[in-house]
Amino acid sequence: MQKLSIKTIVAVGIGAALFFVLHTYVAIPTPIPNTRISFDYPILAVLSLLFGPVAGVLIGIIGHALSDLVYGSIWWSWVAGSAFFGLAMGFVGTKLKLDDGEFGVKGAVIFNIAQAVAHLISWGLIAPALDILIYSEPADKIFLQGAVGSAGNILSTAIVGTLLCIAYVAARPKKGSLTKED
Amino acid sequence: MTGLFNYIPRQSPIHAMTGAAKLVCMLTWTMAAMITFDTRYLLLLTLSALVLFRVSGIKFREVKVLIAFSAVFMVLNNVLIYLFAPEYGVELYGARTELVHFIGRYGITAQQLLYHANVILKYTVTIPMVLLFVSTTQPSEFAASLNRIGVSYRIAYSVSLALRYIPDILKEYHDISQAQQARGVELTSKENLFKRLKNASAILLPLILSSLERIEVVSTAMELRCFGKRSKRTWYRAQAFAAGDYAIMAAGGALVCISFLLIYLNGGRLWNPFV
Repeated sequence: MQKLSIKTIVAVGIGAALFFVLHTYVAIPTPIPNTRISFDYPILAVLSLLFGPVAGVLIGIIGHALSDLVYGSIWWSWVAGSAFFGLAMGFVGTKLKLDDGEFGVKGAVIFNIAQAVAHLISWGLIAPALDILIYSEPADKIFLQGAVGSAGNILSTAIVGTLLCIAYVAARPKKGSLTKED
Repeated sequence: MTGLFNYIPRQSPIHAMTGAAKLVCMLTWTMAAMITFDTRYLLLLTLSALVLFRVSGIKFREVKVLIAFSAVFMVLNNVLIYLFAPEYGVELYGARTELVHFIGRYGITAQQLLYHANVILKYTVTIPMVLLFVSTTQPSEFAASLNRIGVSYRIAYSVSLALRYIPDILKEYHDISQAQQARGVELTSKENLFKRLKNASAILLPLILSSLERIEVVSTAMELRCFGKRSKRTWYRAQAFAAGDYAIMAAGGALVCISFLLIYLNGGRLWNPFV
């Protein structure tokens, strides 16, 4: 295995802390009971875009597992969902060039399609399948939870994630914006 | 700070064990509980977990907030399961003994009750153990323990950084949030959902930018101190294993073996008293 760079190690540590704080303390309740919109996934998406797939997976696993640990039981099935989401967004990040100051309409479209697909795979497929396998829960109930979970996460990632990307890019110098003086 | 990752110092045999041994024990314990659906075994594990909790000297009121959260989640989970699949137990156990009938497909069957008992027991087996681990292990020893059980020290260091920065980031979040609210960014239910999501970005953007800066500063500092140049590192909080540590790790392994043995004896993961 290739050694993790120091930058990735620190990004994982601080990213996981951010994920933990947003997952545990910050959420907007919705009209549907027991469903809340939280900001952990938009942040996970943006950090994965910036630091790549390895960081994405690790932030997903460590951030989610630590948040679960506090409440006494780690749901490995949902941790796996977060890990996959971080991984997928990390790969998307290699296509989008946020660090070069590029995130136009095309970037926003790619980002949103990718995040919606990744959320659907994570919460509609991976987490429920593992839930049924590990915890032997009834399928309809699991898939309903998955559907509600992905809808909320897609919505918050679409709005908050896109806004964060736009604002991040605006704060960076565009590539090639400097010209060499003769 | 609220009581998250609250290490509660005490004098007890459980506090005295090394973090790595407790981590192994906690992981094998939860794994054993994850594998089996034998109600008798789950009941036994729950009782032993409560005994161990008692031995540690941690008081119930010190962890009651966390337990209350988990209890709410457990109840909701059970209600959802029942609403969606009132006959799921019947399906699993392949027998039907109806005790009460309400309306339509809703009633109480002995099989469904046993299934719910399993679901509840799965919580009661793991929650005391995980809380016990969290409250008897120093956070800084936790990272050392991860490295001890074979996780690469770089990843263990990430975990240690995460635990270190959670309180800082939480404080920063509150500061930014209050500053933005003072400037009129509305986050309460007075605004509609979409507006609130948009307003939330006004807090998250400064938070993420300051975190990126933090990443820059910390990674430069680590680079300057030659982090990661060697294949191993030592930990300030690491402890050597004692005989008792080997004993509890072996016991943890044995629990997992019992789970597998029960699968073999019961002819499946379920213990089925109905056939």
